[in-house]
Amino acid sequence: MTTITNNKEEALIVREQDVVPLRNRVKEYGVKVGMSILNQTKLITATSELVRNLLKYGGGGKVIIESVSNGRDNGVRVTFIDNGPGIADITLAMKDGYSTGKSLGLGLPGTKRLVNEFDIKSELGNGTTVTITKWKNG
Amino acid sequence: MQNNLLEGLKEHENKLLTIWSQILQESGAGDGAMEEEESKEFASLFLSALSKSENAQEFEKVHDLIVGIASSRGKRGFSPRENAEYLISFKQAASQILSELIKDPAQLYEANLKLNEILDNMTIMTFEAFMKGREDIISRQIDEISEISTPVIAVWDGIVALPIIGTLDSSRTQIVMENLLQQIVDTGSSIAILDISGVPAVDSLVAQHLIKTVSATRLMGAECIISGIRPEIAQTVVHLGIDLTGIITKASLASALQTAFDMLQLNVVKRKVIVG
Ligand SMILES: Nc1ncnc2c1ncn2[C@@H]1O[C@H](COP(=O)(O)OP(=O)(O)OP(=O)(O)O)[C@@H](O)[C@H]1O
Ligand SMILES: [Mg+2]
Repeated sequence: MTTITNNKEEALIVREQDVVPLRNRVKEYGVKVGMSILNQTKLITATSELVRNLLKYGGGGKVIIESVSNGRDNGVRVTFIDNGPGIADITLAMKDGYSTGKSLGLGLPGTKRLVNEFDIKSELGNGTTVTITKWKNG
Repeated sequence: MQNNLLEGLKEHENKLLTIWSQILQESGAGDGAMEEEESKEFASLFLSALSKSENAQEFEKVHDLIVGIASSRGKRGFSPRENAEYLISFKQAASQILSELIKDPAQLYEANLKLNEILDNMTIMTFEAFMKGREDIISRQIDEISEISTPVIAVWDGIVALPIIGTLDSSRTQIVMENLLQQIVDTGSSIAILDISGVPAVDSLVAQHLIKTVSATRLMGAECIISGIRPEIAQTVVHLGIDLTGIITKASLASALQTAFDMLQLNVVKRKVIVG
């Protein structure tokens, strides 16, 4: 199944003040594809988690927002790219409650539950890329 | 390329000032005595920096001065465009004098090129200074907004409520928590209601802040109720896996108030209407 991108933009994230504007942009994409309030809220909450990880652990990075369609449904895809230290053990990082930052450790596993597609790639010393997709009817 | 092509300007400081102020007056970008002072200072510093050729430190002083002048003019109501015109007209005046001083076209060209390079750079600096001024204002306003947007309301004897509107980031949570705890002490309240109807999303960070605020309230011997949990927020929180079971949560401020009344063993009853 092929996914086509209809619209795309990039944002640089370097400080905490960048979080809210990014979330608002993502929300606008959700509104444009006609997402319900519930799915919009799930999408922006997931965005919030991942962008905070990108800032806190990745030292900042780049976020790509896309509006996508796969023929049956429209949705929003968000990609978070950082060049930080990377994650040593992804399986462990995906566990509920695992945190190296004295936090709740819910960001990654929780985000996976909030979206329809979740992909994480990480290489030690080379950074982390997380891609999420939320479909309008997903 | 050397500055000494431009050094000839130094002999003509007064003429330069006269032409400059003429151009300024014609363009309407002038504003009298204050400006005359500034222009004098600028021209003299600029020209003396030229003769101490290639001395970056000297130009640093000129840069500081022009940034200062630009911000002072900004406060007097000049637009960034008018500030740029201020320097451009200086350039015009200097260029006019240069064409009288230097007869060789190639040298004149060189001199003008150098003049452009120096003054264009300064023009850009005035824009940057303007932007920075704006940014300072914005960041001050952000601070002010976060302070005024966390009012603590004494809704009843012993009950305080705090409506939170907007995003709860770490710095804001700190303010919210301090305000709330202070008000609990000041009013001797035993119940605090934290209303999050105006919070767009509850992620793990916000949740953690809420949990901390509740624990701090309890440490002060008061109970904390979180109200205004919209349906989509409730579902998102559950999917994220945040455990709020130890916390009293209510959908609306009204039901939180009802719970608070119950805890204080207060009854709100409808008055009997005696039909007579
Ligand atoms: N972009 C990243 N770069 C490097 N390490 C990361 C990155 N994102 C997550 N991690 C690692 O994975 C762990 C789990 O992340 P997760 O978001 O699930 O929890 P958390 O951020 O620690 O806590 P919470 O998100 O609940 O506040 C983090 O503690 C961190 O060690
Ligand atoms: Mg996290």
